[in-house]
Amino acid sequence: MSEDTVTKPPHAHPSVRTYLAIAAILTGITVVEVAMFYIPAISATAALAPVLLVLSAAKFALVVMFFMHLKPDSKIFTIIFTAPLLLAGLMILALMTLLGAWWLG
Amino acid sequence: MTTTALAHHTSTGQDTRKIAFWTFIGSECMLFGTLIATYLSYEGKSVTGPTPQEILNIPVTSVSTFVLLMSSLAMVLALTAVVRGDKLQTRLWLTATVGFGTMFLAFQYYEFNSFVAEGLTISTNLFGSTFFVLTGCHGLHVLIGVIWLTTLLILSWRDQLGPEKAMNVEIAGLYWHFVDVVWIVIFTVVYLIQRGPVA
Amino acid sequence: MGAPAATAGSVAGAHGAADARSGVWGWITTTDHKRIGILYGVTAFFFFLLGGLEALLIRLQLARADNTLIGAETFNQLFTMHGTTMVFLAIMPMSAAFFNFIIPLQIGARDVAFPRLNAFSYWVFLLGGLFLNSSFLFGAAPDGGWFGYANLTSIQYSPGMNISFWALGLQILGIASLAAAFNFIATIINMRAPGMKLMRLPVFTWMSFITQLIVVAAFPVITVALVFLMFDRMFGTTFFSVAAGGDVLLWQHLFWLFGHPEVYILILPAMGMVSEVLPTFSRKPLFGYPVIVYSGMLIGVIGWAVWSHHMFATGMGPIADSYFSSVTMLIAIPTGVKIFNWIATMWGGQIRLATPMLFAVAFIILFTIGGISGVMHASPPTDLQQTDTYFVVAHIHYVLFGGAIMGIFSGIYYWWPKVFGRLLDERLGKWHFWLVFIGMNVTFFPMHLIGLLGMPRRVYTYGPELGLEQMNLVSTVGALLLGFSMLIMVYNFWWSSKHGEIAQNNPWGAATLEWAMSSPPPVYNFSVIPEVRSRLPLWTVGGVTEIPDVPPEPVHVPGGSYWPVVAAVGILVFFIGALVQSLWLAVGGVLVLVVSVFKWAFEPFEM
Repeated sequence: MSEDTVTKPPHAHPSVRTYLAIAAILTGITVVEVAMFYIPAISATAALAPVLLVLSAAKFALVVMFFMHLKPDSKIFTIIFTAPLLLAGLMILALMTLLGAWWLG
Repeated sequence: MTTTALAHHTSTGQDTRKIAFWTFIGSECMLFGTLIATYLSYEGKSVTGPTPQEILNIPVTSVSTFVLLMSSLAMVLALTAVVRGDKLQTRLWLTATVGFGTMFLAFQYYEFNSFVAEGLTISTNLFGSTFFVLTGCHGLHVLIGVIWLTTLLILSWRDQLGPEKAMNVEIAGLYWHFVDVVWIVIFTVVYLIQRGPVA
Repeated sequence: MGAPAATAGSVAGAHGAADARSGVWGWITTTDHKRIGILYGVTAFFFFLLGGLEALLIRLQLARADNTLIGAETFNQLFTMHGTTMVFLAIMPMSAAFFNFIIPLQIGARDVAFPRLNAFSYWVFLLGGLFLNSSFLFGAAPDGGWFGYANLTSIQYSPGMNISFWALGLQILGIASLAAAFNFIATIINMRAPGMKLMRLPVFTWMSFITQLIVVAAFPVITVALVFLMFDRMFGTTFFSVAAGGDVLLWQHLFWLFGHPEVYILILPAMGMVSEVLPTFSRKPLFGYPVIVYSGMLIGVIGWAVWSHHMFATGMGPIADSYFSSVTMLIAIPTGVKIFNWIATMWGGQIRLATPMLFAVAFIILFTIGGISGVMHASPPTDLQQTDTYFVVAHIHYVLFGGAIMGIFSGIYYWWPKVFGRLLDERLGKWHFWLVFIGMNVTFFPMHLIGLLGMPRRVYTYGPELGLEQMNLVSTVGALLLGFSMLIMVYNFWWSSKHGEIAQNNPWGAATLEWAMSSPPPVYNFSVIPEVRSRLPLWTVGGVTEIPDVPPEPVHVPGGSYWPVVAAVGILVFFIGALVQSLWLAVGGVLVLVVSVFKWAFEPFEM
């Protein structure tokens, strides 16, 4: 166990305080999402789906950027991850279109 | 000597296992992307019931969603504890992660059982097939994660999870958080956004 | 990572190192990328000959009208297994043989990033191939075509084990491909020697890298589709059940979402190989290296946006048809750019027509023909006339035989001396080349006409009134010629092992790093990790630091492991359990897999 075992930290990871804040935001967004589902004035409108999707994307981004450290980490990881993520998103839209999903009328 | 793999020269200065693992996660995006695409493309096309509106249990699933979120929090706290060399907190937070993960699986077990009791099986209709395969695949990932994290917990009890093993924990964490974000998507597109007006 | 005293590794240079590497056990437990490469090559070549034999039987049946040599059922099994074998068990793993052997040498690494994962990939591939082919023993070889369209594959229309063998076999092979892809991506990103920047990577490594990226994204799609198919067959799910509201086109979409990128998985490595051979035998650097690299990337990206051109006949409507048609034609641009670059590489060079070069030049010619017929059926109205006829069969064989196989053969002749330390015989090589070149054109060119005249593919016989008997006979004669040419190739392999000229480090005078060391390379590859200062290290003065013949200090070489094999067996047992619908067998397989993964993770294994 010499000195060099303590390799440089894999970039400065966020602090515990940041993690707790992120978790609080995630919880908050989840509460809002579920509330929207139950408030008829909102859930009956056409805005429900897009707003829920945006909120879900925000949660997704927060976890990936902070809990999975994509933000402070090397860009390599961001590229390796976002390219197939984007591809998967486009694939979902394309298949829904080609197979006539109800979302797209 | 203990960190030969890490100390090795690498072209990017990044850990090779971490690069491979992110590649794996990218691959998983396509796996779940295909499952979600199929679910959405088939949504509302079942010729018989039960339908999602009749059967999906939002209150219970909201709780299980929260549980999985908390497990992600516990996971990052476990990682910081490992990096600090804080054995007590490492064990505490790993136990919490495993515990929350197991709770999520218990919720899913309950959900699947109640659906079957209400007449929705994997072969009942398109909804049953696409729903069970999508969420079942996710559940399988959670199960693998629980086994993986339990292994790390045992290592920690044996004092074999010091700061020099932080990368092992970080990679397990990447897996765990990814499983969490997949659920974030599933919760929204399967549970909250349903076909037709919600009564 | 483990305690140094407990490693199973060995120190190369010492004589004791040879013990752990000798004998059958040494090969089974090997984690040396060079040995795994040889295992891949031998296995894939065997499957290639098997797939060729299946093709010969098909051609013999079609040699005459109303032939009765083979019944319809056997014919279905033969064309299904021919396609499946050539794609998944021959071309892909033959490329994998080169990935394994050549990439670490080209980038200046001692091995791949994860040597045991690499061994695992090979064993899963081997067992998957055996699983698939064992179906012949039960008279239940897959018979639904290599793209297995729903709902022909449903339990209702295919009640036997045939389709299950196919779906489960492909699933096993997918695991092997994915594991290898993660490994090679990590290797190429992170294991390059100092100075080996991305834009100094040899083009073969570049194209292989793009190939692996495509594998990572494409295989999950087919994995899910195959799960749907098997669940429909085993558990009565409704994914492809029209009665339940399902859509049989879902299968076609998912299959071709995978299947079209798969075409690039097959061709890009071959493009990489000829991009190494052409400059070497023209004594000129590759023309427009960056453009070739970017074209490869562009092909890899656009390849994702064209899959439905396989489905024009399903009636997707004018918007989808127009979109997929125009994007398909767009792909011709980066492909054409590459072709011009290869030609420009030869232009004004000191061309030496050795066997690898002959195959590389033939690759350009034949692949261009296949590319042009591809652009023809990129147009929906034309495609409707050509789809499911022999015209498409001609196209795919110009691309995959004229392209992929010619490229791989070029690679075999080119790198053979590096791998085995002896050159192949040039005279036999040239005989082989000309017979393949002529045989290939005699076999497949008439199929263009046969198809345009209306003969459908996958039908086991035809009437004399079609007037296609002569052309079919010509095609069959060509196939026999091709079969014969392979015998010459195998004889050449054998001859070389006895009498082949001993290869020097760099018998062709090539520019890339793998030629800087002895042939075959020592177990540790590089005595010291070199520093690279040029894209053409061996053609540039001071392009690479000196690599001494003898390591200045002992080089640690990781020891073998048998857990990858055990894990692969666990996977096989699981899938056999799924095939015979035995829960206990499936659970047993998973247990073996889990145990071996843990043993693997905790065994001392030093990199």
